Amino acid sequence: MSETTHDSADSADSAVGVAPPPSPDDRLTPAELAAKYGLSVSGARPSLPDYVRQLWARRHFILAFSRAKLTAQYSQAKLGQLWQVATPLLNAAVYFFIFGVLLGGRDGTPGGKENYVPFLVTGVFVFTFTQTSVLNGVRAISSNLGLVRALHFPRASLPISVSLQQLQQLLFSMIVLIVILIGFGQFPAWSWLLIVPTLVLQFGFNTGLALIMARLGSKTPDLAQLMPFVTRTWMYASGVMFPLQHMLQTRASAPGWLVDVLQANPAAVYMDLMRFAFIDEYTGADLPPHVWALALGWAVVVGLGGFVFFWKAEERYGRG
Amino acid sequence: MAVAEHTERSGAPAASGQGTEAQAAVAATPWVPTVIAEDLHIVYRVYGGAKGRGSATAALNRIIRRKPGGGMREVHAVRGVSFTAYRGQAIGLIGSNGSGKSTLLKAVAGLLPAESGRVYTDGQPSLLGVNAAMMNDLTGERNVILGGLAMGMSREEIGRRYQDIVDFSGINEKGDFITLPMRTYSSGMAARLRFSIAAAKNHDVLMIDEALATGDKKFQKRSEARIRELRKEAGTVFLVSHNNKSIRDTCERVLWLEKGQLLLDGPTDEVLKEYEKFTSK
Repeated sequence: MSETTHDSADSADSAVGVAPPPSPDDRLTPAELAAKYGLSVSGARPSLPDYVRQLWARRHFILAFSRAKLTAQYSQAKLGQLWQVATPLLNAAVYFFIFGVLLGGRDGTPGGKENYVPFLVTGVFVFTFTQTSVLNGVRAISSNLGLVRALHFPRASLPISVSLQQLQQLLFSMIVLIVILIGFGQFPAWSWLLIVPTLVLQFGFNTGLALIMARLGSKTPDLAQLMPFVTRTWMYASGVMFPLQHMLQTRASAPGWLVDVLQANPAAVYMDLMRFAFIDEYTGADLPPHVWALALGWAVVVGLGGFVFFWKAEERYGRG
Repeated sequence: MAVAEHTERSGAPAASGQGTEAQAAVAATPWVPTVIAEDLHIVYRVYGGAKGRGSATAALNRIIRRKPGGGMREVHAVRGVSFTAYRGQAIGLIGSNGSGKSTLLKAVAGLLPAESGRVYTDGQPSLLGVNAAMMNDLTGERNVILGGLAMGMSREEIGRRYQDIVDFSGINEKGDFITLPMRTYSSGMAARLRFSIAAAKNHDVLMIDEALATGDKKFQKRSEARIRELRKEAGTVFLVSHNNKSIRDTCERVLWLEKGQLLLDGPTDEVLKEYEKFTSK
């Protein structure tokens, strides 16, 4: 194959200033020529350490991108950024009436019925963090195809900035959450500091999940249609708007192992830890066993696994 | 893969052994390759191009049979293209619509994976195209900053060059438009801003895909001057254009693509003469 290449190059040699004069380079195959002048294969996937280094070099881009997306999100709405907290609050209000009032979900809330609102709002905000990371993660590549095809940067920047954007959104919502907590008699305590490690771990888990979803979504666009149903099922199974243990064991008399499995799922783990941190009456007895180990395990396994999984297809994003 | 590398390396000393005079020749004439394409084939996989996608039974049938690429069509856009580009060259790419010019550039930029064959490049080539939409819901200002960061510029560098980029684009000539969202820009304004952002950085290999066509006369002059500057900084510039005059003004070498194949590769005048004969037919 290389010989034919050189035939065509030779025929162009007659032209001055366009092709080089005959030189020993002509005898080299393209691969050897490339090696001689230090050229590298275009679009090849970098090694994992190189990839991490490239990503670190783009940290300002990731941060700026997530901030820009956050502000642009509601730029066409008249109330603007207000929707960032209004949306989860309205969701919580709907759940309060349906699950709390109509279906009696307030029973069994640790500390009694009056704790239901802090319990619910914490759950909704924390679950929304994971849920939107998944939903936006699926579209992380496909909705930024223009950028992917125009500029060269480590593609993992996009899903990572998706979950970073959700983290910033959650931090905004925290202000509202704290107002609600104080309104319902939960005052700041040392246990509130536990939200920091919880958020860090949940962020690691969400980022991994966003990376996994981004790779799957770039190959199978249909997932964007399917995921809302998956996350909704996940929400009901994680006890966002009712205490899982009470609901399953006392009211539905489900087997104990099912409760254990559902309580060990990452969304429930991070939600329970956050409630444990914020609500006084939410004690260690309401947490599943080995809860911190579970939180750390999910974050490390999904976070790192998702990163490697995404990197494996780095050179194929933006195709077609 | 490792085996191939070893053979290359063991082959290298032999080549340089007989090449003392070769190195002298290289030193005398700076023919340093920056882009080498080796028998490059590119196949697009397009969803939704196949007939009968709308029918649910057909979709189900595909899933059950696990046929790879149900609802998917393959388009063989580039068929076996080989060329070597050298430092300091400006190369024009011509050919009728759909002949594979943009696809070839995307592959050189590493944005589209090759089906077979390889592209070797010096550093990271940058592609500047009309389709390269930036973030339309953000202001022009934010796009300048984000585009710069994505290209790997530091915040200080962007801060220093920000005014130059805006001035070069000419966006603010008719008012304070840089603080408006990009969705409000005309296609010409958006293309100008994109070119200005990409041209702010010195590239080893810069590829321009009809990005200048939308700008007005004044902007085209300015960008042609910038292309000449970039070439002087020891880069290689590729230019796709349907405007033969702008190819003649900026390029000394032209590749003519037709139906994904390289028809001619030579000095601008020769290739353009053939091309004009072909198009006037």
